Amino acid sequence: MNTQLKDPNDVSVGRTKEMFHRPTDIEEAVSCLAAHPGAVPIAGGTDVMVGVNYRRLRPAAMIDLTGVVELREWSDEGDAIRIGAGVPYARIIDDLGGVLPGLAAASRTVGSPQIRNRGTLGGNLATASPAGDAHPPLLAAGAKVEIASTAGRRTVPAADFYTGPKRSVLAESELIAAVIVPKAAGPQQFLKVGNRGAMVISVCSFALSLDVEGRAVGAGIGSAGPTPLRATEAESIELPWDKSGPLGDETVERFGALVAEAARPIDDVRGTAAYRRHALAVCARRALLRAWKELLCDWN
Amino acid sequence: MPEPHKPPTPPQRAAGGVGTSPVRPDATAKVNGAFEYASDLRADRMLWGHTVRSPHPRARILGVDTAAAEAIPGVAAVLTHADVPAAKHYGLIESDQPVLAADGTHYQGEPVALVAAEDLETARLAAESVKVDYEVLEPRCDPRRAVELGEVFRHQPVRIGDPDLTEPAVVVTREYVVGMQDQAPLGPESGLAVPSPDGGVELRVATQWLHSDLDQIAPCLGLEPDMVRITMAGIGGAFGAREDLSVQIHMAMLALKTGRPVKMMYDRAESFLGHVHRHPARMRYEHGADAEGRLLYVKAEIVLDGGAYASTTDAVVANAASLAVGPYEVEHVAVDVWGAITDNPPCGAMRGFGGVQTCFAYESQMDALADELGISPVEIRRRNAVSQGSKLITGQLIDAPAPLADMLGRFTAMPVPAIAAERDAADLPGGFGNTTRGEGVVRGVGYGVGLKNICYSEGFDDYSTARVRLELVDGEPVAFVHTAAAEVGQGHQTLQAQIARTELGVERVELLPADTSVGSAGSSSASRQSYMTGGAVKAACEAVRELWTERDLADGPIEAVREFRHRETKPMDPVTGQGDSHVQMALCVHRATVDVDVELGLVKVVELTAVQDVGTILNPVALEGQIHGGSAQGLGLAVMEELVMDEGRVRNASFTDYLIPTILDMPPMRLDILENADPAAPYGLRGAGEPPTLSATPAIVAAIRDATGLPLTRVPVRPEHLVGTP
Repeated sequence: MNTQLKDPNDVSVGRTKEMFHRPTDIEEAVSCLAAHPGAVPIAGGTDVMVGVNYRRLRPAAMIDLTGVVELREWSDEGDAIRIGAGVPYARIIDDLGGVLPGLAAASRTVGSPQIRNRGTLGGNLATASPAGDAHPPLLAAGAKVEIASTAGRRTVPAADFYTGPKRSVLAESELIAAVIVPKAAGPQQFLKVGNRGAMVISVCSFALSLDVEGRAVGAGIGSAGPTPLRATEAESIELPWDKSGPLGDETVERFGALVAEAARPIDDVRGTAAYRRHALAVCARRALLRAWKELLCDWN
Repeated sequence: MPEPHKPPTPPQRAAGGVGTSPVRPDATAKVNGAFEYASDLRADRMLWGHTVRSPHPRARILGVDTAAAEAIPGVAAVLTHADVPAAKHYGLIESDQPVLAADGTHYQGEPVALVAAEDLETARLAAESVKVDYEVLEPRCDPRRAVELGEVFRHQPVRIGDPDLTEPAVVVTREYVVGMQDQAPLGPESGLAVPSPDGGVELRVATQWLHSDLDQIAPCLGLEPDMVRITMAGIGGAFGAREDLSVQIHMAMLALKTGRPVKMMYDRAESFLGHVHRHPARMRYEHGADAEGRLLYVKAEIVLDGGAYASTTDAVVANAASLAVGPYEVEHVAVDVWGAITDNPPCGAMRGFGGVQTCFAYESQMDALADELGISPVEIRRRNAVSQGSKLITGQLIDAPAPLADMLGRFTAMPVPAIAAERDAADLPGGFGNTTRGEGVVRGVGYGVGLKNICYSEGFDDYSTARVRLELVDGEPVAFVHTAAAEVGQGHQTLQAQIARTELGVERVELLPADTSVGSAGSSSASRQSYMTGGAVKAACEAVRELWTERDLADGPIEAVREFRHRETKPMDPVTGQGDSHVQMALCVHRATVDVDVELGLVKVVELTAVQDVGTILNPVALEGQIHGGSAQGLGLAVMEELVMDEGRVRNASFTDYLIPTILDMPPMRLDILENADPAAPYGLRGAGEPPTLSATPAIVAAIRDATGLPLTRVPVRPEHLVGTP
């Protein structure tokens, strides 16, 4: 019997040049996208290839973004960090943990080391799953998504980006170029509930971002609604910014309750709606207490 | 003149022999990625096979239209029920499962048609293009209803004494539920079928029992058994999932039809639908004890969901019944176990095989009794523990060492770990999700004891065959060992070589590929291969050694073939359940320490210590691996592993949503391995792979109860069970 080792081409989807494109800059990429309706951009492939392998996705063509240098880089823009859409989670963890602690914490909870090496922030946004780990910290921090097309570039606040389960404002002809995330202006927290110590899709998640000078609270919710959600009522809670000491129990309770109220969870195989609301309240309280403790340490 | 090669007398503790841990023959290839798994098999001119499966748990098939699929370029064959060459049904115990569904389907994912094409993508497209006209029917998914209607594969009672005549000081009654666990082998079902010039077929497949496969495949293909040649392929885990056939007949049909090699490989979702699962269970238990906590009686009604086809439900029911009270002495018993027929996925073999479900229930009952009486969980078990000379509830005498009281006592020398001052996220519930840094965390400790039968039971003619040839190669004696035993990752190949070294005093042992050109080895199941094929290799080596004393090896090779049988067993009496049905009994005790985030309902098992009596340690590293692995699967069932069913449909057929423990979820284990030899077994060994799978689950759940004070009568325990939300 003639056997040999595995050949990865066995399950390849595209075999002809018309089906595979590898642009080297964003302009070429968006032109390619415009010229090939039904083409699917692919960076890390951690979502796209699962879709292909399970026949949920049969792209007419693929546009490999790994050759686009601009997408693979991040830059310091003063008040914010501009992260190319093709920057993998591993780089965010390694390079940006100091300036974007919330996003870095969320990136640490994504999949396995292999997934974090390949999976990208742009991919998380393009898939727009309510369970995507990067969304809550982007919402809490007030990040913006930079979108490119042959018509030019536009910028959309993360809060306006998501429109439904795995749906966003991104048109078929558009490509996510970058995400612009304001630098942390105070403590940030990210908590993700999953029934395994790692490598788990979130049952629900919560991100908190405190802006000390601006006396502002950012609160993002994951996996507890049709889209990632901002807890806007919770964000408007009054905190003792005047350094008057620890948070009152009532404030913490109220914050948890407001976050839970902002959620719109469903029952699914990963958890029940009631559990998700409950867990979000717990996570929100813990996040706020931890963040405030950090602030008190800084102040004293 | 060369030194004549003489046999060792008596056999010595040889280098790399029994009792040592030589490097596995497949170790290097597995570490560097070169190991050829069944999913890596290829052949020239190979086609890809793919299965058309019913999306409906229950449906009538009104017609199958293959024209569109056949018209796709690159499609070589589309086969349906009508194309099955001979016998239309197969099965491990009863031939009740259609090779391809004919008139109707009885579970989600039941195979309806097959396609073969030039590449996998085309094969998948073609499978989607096969039009099956279904009349969808309401599935029958309630196993208790099935029992009421008498729709069962088997009902096995056990009756001794009369529970109603006892006068208990305390009675505890609870209902327990065990969800559907999956074996979740990492290697999907895969294989390669190559047509032979003589009209037969050669199969390479990752399986657990080559000859049982052969016995089921050949009649369906209409071929004489010697025309179907099966060779073991590289396996990525089994745990019972590969006892039933999957790709075997299908790829052989496609290969015979097309005259070309055909490969089949399930994807993950298909794998979850394409093999049997552990029987979900609903169990009502009533334990009565005297004021000192000694068991007076046990009543139990146990419903196992067998799903749509028989598979091994018959034997699983027998195990659940005979092991229903665990390793405890009790004189009055009324147990009934039913294996229900439903339109849920077929359930069959999984590590622990009927012993796991009841163990969760009887151990939970022992804890409940201890709680009622205000005595410790260890003490209630010690007061009721079996020992050598005790009888099982089947009346069978435990005639080998069973030192449970001693095993329980050994934990006092191994104290529960202290809570570390500094804890990493990895050490806390929720892990890297960063959900707690100690907030809401409560610790608990629990114990679990499991009793498992080793080898096949109830009168089954259980044997294994080994052929051993000793010959000089380059002037050095080399033992060639040939068996059909399936290496399923447990390290059985290593053990065969160890036995040959010990018995023949040779250094070099060559293992021939496991295939059907040698006699049956029986299944790599029931923790039996060390006992059975180990016994066969030992017997064949002894025969070779005997022949060797009579002549010089330089005169030519010496060969012997031996069949090894364990002692005879008897069926359980259909009314009373009495009978010496088992070969050997094995015990494992676990203590678990857990940290529970009581606000989020997340659990971290921080300690899992096992005390197991294995008779004799044959390979320390392989043995420890078995205990670690069995404990991990028990942990999985305790806190995460469940195929969630909704009206006959599996809702989480993926590794995204069917969670199995990772290294992060398993604590480092402390093992205390005892060696009280069983004189009836080769080397005094006792089967070891399954017992830890039983006792880990109840120990962990007991620890969670200890932390939370909740009753917890269902596994897996889910976060919502712990925080009290729906």
